Amino acid sequence: MPDRPMIEIAGVSRNFGTFRALDDINLTIAEGQFFSLLGPSGCGKTTLLRLLAGLDVPSAGTIRIDGEDCTEIRANARPTNMVFQSYAIFPHLNVAENVGYGLKRLRLGRAEEDRRVAEALEMVRLPDFGRRKGNELSGGQRQRVALARALVMRPKVLLLDEPLSALDKKLREEMQIELRSLQQSVGITFVLVTHDQYEALALSDRIAVMFAGRVAQVAEPMEIYQHPATRQVADFLGGMNFLSARIAGETGETLTVETDRLGTAVLRKPAGFTASGNRATVGIRPERLRVLWDDETAPHMLTGRIASRAYFGETTSLAVAIEGLDAPLSIVETNDYGADELKIGAEIRLAYDPEALVLVSDPAA
Amino acid sequence: MKRTTRSWRDREDLRGLALISPTVLYALALLLVPVAMVILYSFWKQSFMTIDHTFRLSNYEAAFTQPIYRALFLRSLWISLTVSLVTVVMAYPVAWYISFHGGRNKNLWLFVITVPFLTSYLLRVMAWKVVLGHNGVVNSALMWLGLIHQPIEALLYTANSVVITLVHSWVAFAILPIFVSMEKIDRSLVEAGRDLGDSAFRSFRRIVLPLSLPGVISAFVIVMIPTIGDYVTPTLVGGRDGMMIANIIQTNFGQAQNWPMGAALSVSAMVLVSLAAGIMVLLLRLLVNGVRR
Ligand SMILES: Nc1ncnc2c1ncn2[C@@H]1O[C@H](COP(=O)(O)OP(=O)(O)OP(=O)(O)O)[C@@H](O)[C@H]1O
Ligand SMILES: [Mg+2]
Repeated sequence: MPDRPMIEIAGVSRNFGTFRALDDINLTIAEGQFFSLLGPSGCGKTTLLRLLAGLDVPSAGTIRIDGEDCTEIRANARPTNMVFQSYAIFPHLNVAENVGYGLKRLRLGRAEEDRRVAEALEMVRLPDFGRRKGNELSGGQRQRVALARALVMRPKVLLLDEPLSALDKKLREEMQIELRSLQQSVGITFVLVTHDQYEALALSDRIAVMFAGRVAQVAEPMEIYQHPATRQVADFLGGMNFLSARIAGETGETLTVETDRLGTAVLRKPAGFTASGNRATVGIRPERLRVLWDDETAPHMLTGRIASRAYFGETTSLAVAIEGLDAPLSIVETNDYGADELKIGAEIRLAYDPEALVLVSDPAA
Repeated sequence: MKRTTRSWRDREDLRGLALISPTVLYALALLLVPVAMVILYSFWKQSFMTIDHTFRLSNYEAAFTQPIYRALFLRSLWISLTVSLVTVVMAYPVAWYISFHGGRNKNLWLFVITVPFLTSYLLRVMAWKVVLGHNGVVNSALMWLGLIHQPIEALLYTANSVVITLVHSWVAFAILPIFVSMEKIDRSLVEAGRDLGDSAFRSFRRIVLPLSLPGVISAFVIVMIPTIGDYVTPTLVGGRDGMMIANIIQTNFGQAQNWPMGAALSVSAMVLVSLAAGIMVLLLRLLVNGVRR
């Protein structure tokens, strides 16, 4: 697929009074991409999505959609459609009328209109629901109607504001799979807002992580998980053990760091990294630490004592106090062997791989 | 399945009934009993100082055949319909403005609207005499501007003056239910309409208008039902042409001392206004359904 840009956001800010909800956002989203905006509550995800939909106007900056400057164009004239956080199903209309709402204006004729509504309902697997009233639907059905209502317009960009957050875990997982396969079959550019890291990682081609109105990192899911650019991003996407390290050497792309207990490693610099002084922050994911059983050995080992433990069925989370480290290391152990021996106070050995260390920008360091 | 006997306390519906029974009894005593008495009276007959208690329909016959009554019924219906229509049409934009553009001053706006109601109803009606009278505000202003050379007599003591005064008295009561039904409309519905291609006006017509219809209907009914029975306003500003059915009902219960006739007229008025209100509600529904396509 040629990476033609579908959405170009340049220098966009949005102020509410003196409060700056979005601060100089720059993003490019390619055509046909499944793009996610990920961030904690209140970081400005909905605000940005509303700017893309044309329901709000930026205080500064420009938004181009499919090459056309849309900054001043209102929602009704944009090639975008939105699935609202609350779904916004029209309660006075039935499902078919809801889905056909936007088609009325196009004057396609009754037959064509009915055909497209039926096709859209088929796509979201609600073929026999046309006559139901909007307020007689379950959460998952409402979400599908909202999806069908937007898809039937054949927009260039579909905007989804936490469409799955109201659903229970099982239904949410089903809908995630459906959403992904739907996106692949229709080939429309999707922009999904979510605060659920797993959802973003599982569905997206690319993810932008936002904090307090700014974009902290834009990358592919694996890259963002394995090489989070900042301490904040690393912390938001799953757990991370942070360690302070000495800088022992530097090249253009890499940094050699010495940690107190986890040895020396040559690490890739994240984008925008600048060393301040001779200290740096490195991290290691909990699942990259492994418990060593019986007389098992590994090239890189640590000994420690279990400080706390939480049992999750398939995994057990441990906090292991290591001599010489300020904070205990958290680790996630798969429960395939001897989970009941992992008692608080027990002494255990851990294996790690220095390759698993990552360097992150840490303004606090 | 075994059926177990349970105390009435466990039965959801009985408990509900028990809970509302004080209210029900109160409503029965104060609403149903007087209405029942009026209905009973309407089938009796006044003969001089006593009441003949045999069942008869002669009062209703009189109510629907005598030209004076028929004229008054028609005029009352016409006035109350006009008043409710004008009131709703005037109240709707105000309610819409407060609800959608009131910002954080919504409560202030609502308060301002109710301020005139701090003065007595009678005073407000009397005030219209000052405004519409022979040497009143309107006539003086028009004369001063040179638009007319002698006062317009048709302003006061006509059906028009009754309509104007009643609209003014009821408009706040119409704004409130419309406002409430608009407040209940989820704003994201309007945005969804815009997002699906509607202009601002189209999304108003297809979403706000049908969803505020319950408020419009209550406003309509709230205004129409009391206005048909109003006799203060017609007495004060209505003159001969502005007399309404309630005036003649009042006379029957008062000076004329013909309670059965008054009762029959009251019941007929009740039935007529219910019918008229029902028809209007249906028409409004049809209109809104037609317009939201
Ligand atoms: N109309 C508004 N007026 C003032 N402040 C606003 C307005 N809309 C949003 N904000 C503020 O802007 C910030 C970002 O809001 P936004 O709704 O974009 O958050 P979000 O990332 O979507 O959060 P969530 O995940 O909770 O939905 C918040 O602090 C919010 O209080
Ligand atoms: Mg939001």
